[in-house]
Amino acid sequence: MPVEEIPKETLLWMYETMVRIRVHEERVAELFAQGKIPGFVHLYVGEEAVAVGVMANLRKEDYITSTHRGHGHYIAKGGDIKASMAELFGKKTGSGKGKGGSMHIADLDVGELGANGIVGGGIPHAVGAGLGIKLNGLDRVAVAFFGDGASNQQNFHEGINLAAIWKLPVVFVCENNQYQISLSYEKQQAIKSVAERGKAYGIPGVSVDGQDVLAVYEVAKEAIERARRGEGPTLIEAKTYRFRGHFEGDPQVYRSKEEVEWWKKNKDPIKLFEKKLLDKGIATKEELDAIWEKARKEIEEAVNFAEESPWPSKEEVVEDVFSTPTKGVLVWQW
Amino acid sequence: MAVVREITFAQALNEALDYEMSKDPKVVVMGEDVGLYGGIYGVTAGLYEKYGPERVRDTPIAESGFIGTAVGAAATGLLRPVVELMFIDFLGVAFDQLYNQAGKMRYMFGGKAKISMVLRTTCGAGFSAAAQHSQSLHALFSHVPGLKVVMPSTPYDAKGLLISSIEDDDPVIFIEHKGLYAIKGEVPEEPYSIPLGEADVKREGKEVTIVATAAMVHKSLEVAEKLEKEGISVEVVDPRSIVPLDVDTILNSIKKTGKLVVVDEGYPRASFASDIAALAVSKAFDSLKAPVKIVTPPATPVPFSPALESEWIPSAEKIEKAVREVL
Repeated sequence: MPVEEIPKETLLWMYETMVRIRVHEERVAELFAQGKIPGFVHLYVGEEAVAVGVMANLRKEDYITSTHRGHGHYIAKGGDIKASMAELFGKKTGSGKGKGGSMHIADLDVGELGANGIVGGGIPHAVGAGLGIKLNGLDRVAVAFFGDGASNQQNFHEGINLAAIWKLPVVFVCENNQYQISLSYEKQQAIKSVAERGKAYGIPGVSVDGQDVLAVYEVAKEAIERARRGEGPTLIEAKTYRFRGHFEGDPQVYRSKEEVEWWKKNKDPIKLFEKKLLDKGIATKEELDAIWEKARKEIEEAVNFAEESPWPSKEEVVEDVFSTPTKGVLVWQW
Repeated sequence: MAVVREITFAQALNEALDYEMSKDPKVVVMGEDVGLYGGIYGVTAGLYEKYGPERVRDTPIAESGFIGTAVGAAATGLLRPVVELMFIDFLGVAFDQLYNQAGKMRYMFGGKAKISMVLRTTCGAGFSAAAQHSQSLHALFSHVPGLKVVMPSTPYDAKGLLISSIEDDDPVIFIEHKGLYAIKGEVPEEPYSIPLGEADVKREGKEVTIVATAAMVHKSLEVAEKLEKEGISVEVVDPRSIVPLDVDTILNSIKKTGKLVVVDEGYPRASFASDIAALAVSKAFDSLKAPVKIVTPPATPVPFSPALESEWIPSAEKIEKAVREVL
């Protein structure tokens, strides 16, 4: 999509949001290496254009479902970064009060229905959001994000089929980063693009360069507008690449350093977009540098907030399991 | 003036669904053959005609997909889905959406999510439906945290508990024993709710406590009635919900009688029955005057042949034998 057709405000939001995700993820990698973040983390570096290109078309009241590699979706949907950073640390002030961690960050107030530790697990939740939207007659959409690996899962097939037969306002976005941990895309499925599967469910399937934020924006815009018009779901495959391992600490024996370097050098979504913004005179180098500076400050504030936040208390282990209190024993302890 | 009639267990459930759908437009019913067909056991009969195909949704055979859809719809707060899983045995293809998703979201999201949904499903042997259509798998749901598990035994309880379950803001697994659908009982025409976590003493007695669920409540009552003629006084406690569990009523009964028989149609290991036995031993040991007896099927798949199946299901004879052994 030509940049001239997109408002400058939107273009700068896209740039800024990609930068915020990049700075966030690189900082999280450092903190993880320093042992400050427990568990494990799956980082979104290299895939920023997918979340951002899609989310530039969404409103606060729209819904998304995310994945184990979910920080980018959360940030782009407008999730509270202080709350998610504190969650990564396992602190009381976290989005899940320290009970969920990286793979279970959610911000229901902005329609982020949650990351998910189960591959494909969130896909039907977006279908459910779509059903709720339709039955309540709301002008909203739901977007399910998932990876290439998830597109072999039952929830992908069952979820898309349900959304298709019920013509729900749902957009399915497959982030094909070409590796299901170690198994390359060619070894997972016998088709060239996940988008081909749209045909099997009677819905449009579109493949797009996931490193080109404007290309993602354009494809997502069409799919989301189609969904808002009540014309049903679309399957989008965004071909992308993760610049880091599947998780932090992944030895990455399944791909060469040269391959990773090639992608970083030639297909970095932020560098590609930056060049376009500068070439077209939409922003100056100084303006863009200021965006980086602002993002670093924001993330540092979030890190400080997380570090200074208290740990959850022991009593909290047994809290927040159920919503409605009842008679009898609900949370069993011997 | 309350109008009380005799209706079947299935009709009682139908009334609860009808009432909730008429009261709250967010309540939708989904599942295989629940619409036009009225449900394989007729529980949703008439709802499709009354509320239309948008709110009474027939689904493809895609249990994970449509249960997950219910979870997502509930998470947004836009709907309160009541999903039907035709047989509890089909759980295997959809369990993740219940135990990893519905049951954990609230906790993982720090208490900010409400998953207001009910999964209705059927359990129980006795129909030569064999190993994949006859199980009683409630223990699986009570093993994992975050799910409420309800098992009514009478038409009256079925209506009141289903109304409570639909109005509850947590995921509730509502298990209906197939052998109970046709039984009749007194049910008020008006809506009413029975709180979850409140056991019902179905028969008071002094010498032995039987804790039983679903269809086993009726077999236990049959035994209690027979033994009364011999002057043996048996108390039958129906917990009605497995999660939450009315521990106090169960323990009070054990403390009164000093003797416990647990009767359940679930498999014997890591089961509801062993759970209640452990409860008795750990919380009422001093009151026990005899070893706890457990009556369940053996740890085998449910057999097909009526000759084998009748041996597999806990019978009144086996319950009676257990009661006599603790006397």
